[in-house]
Amino acid sequence: MSVPILKQSQYLIATIQSALSDEDLLALQTKLVERVGKFRSRGVIVDVTALDVLDSFASRTLRDIAHIIRLRGAETVIVGIQPEVAFAMVQLGITLEKVSTALDLEEGLAYLDKRLQHAPAEH
Amino acid sequence: MPQLNTEAEADRSCVAVASVNDIVTARLQGRALAERLGFSPGEATLVATAISELARNIVQYAGKGDIELRSAENGGRPGIVVVARDRGPGISDVKLAVQPGYSTSGGLGLGLPGVRRIVDDFQVVSERHRGTTITVTKWKG
Repeated sequence: MSVPILKQSQYLIATIQSALSDEDLLALQTKLVERVGKFRSRGVIVDVTALDVLDSFASRTLRDIAHIIRLRGAETVIVGIQPEVAFAMVQLGITLEKVSTALDLEEGLAYLDKRLQHAPAEH
Repeated sequence: MPQLNTEAEADRSCVAVASVNDIVTARLQGRALAERLGFSPGEATLVATAISELARNIVQYAGKGDIELRSAENGGRPGIVVVARDRGPGISDVKLAVQPGYSTSGGLGLGLPGVRRIVDDFQVVSERHRGTTITVTKWKG
């Protein structure tokens, strides 16, 4: 099950639509990194609303995606982690350190807009 | 002899785990069973997460094995028993493997200790070169 990636102006939006296998997650990682360069995107949103479980592998892959994309000069925000999924992650001991998260797609877009607006001032 | 009636009969299934794709199958079946037994969405997610970690362990360390899922009951309280079985290399030091932060695969080190935290009962039987059987139980809250 591949994850569709939508290009919206300077952002890429990847919406996970069902439970993903490890291979699907790694394919998403490769595709996102490649497209950030191709479209010169400034921000990436990964929407995990439909994800039933964020286990250690999925969490690590999301964290890797965010870090790799940061190295490519763009920002990533993970949106839509469901309450029960968040609860299970904490119980399992998973943290998404240094990865930005937002409640939903709308909040994620607002977050990126704000980050990128202020970005030049940070230098 | 305990009498078996249809209600008390265990709901049982077994998923062969031979590739990463089977991890998803196993955890979806576990979630479905949890929901049938009336587990809350939060509890069902914990069950699915535990199965995901156990199934991944099988693929990673043994290559293949299976995940057996069955319903259980304790004084009217429903539960799920997950048995993850493989004939892989076995765990050389079970005590160490369930310590928080332990990992041999360069992962997050959450594998077994993480699973242990999210279930009610956790048993590991492992024999060098013979394989590993991990049995976990989660009761409905």
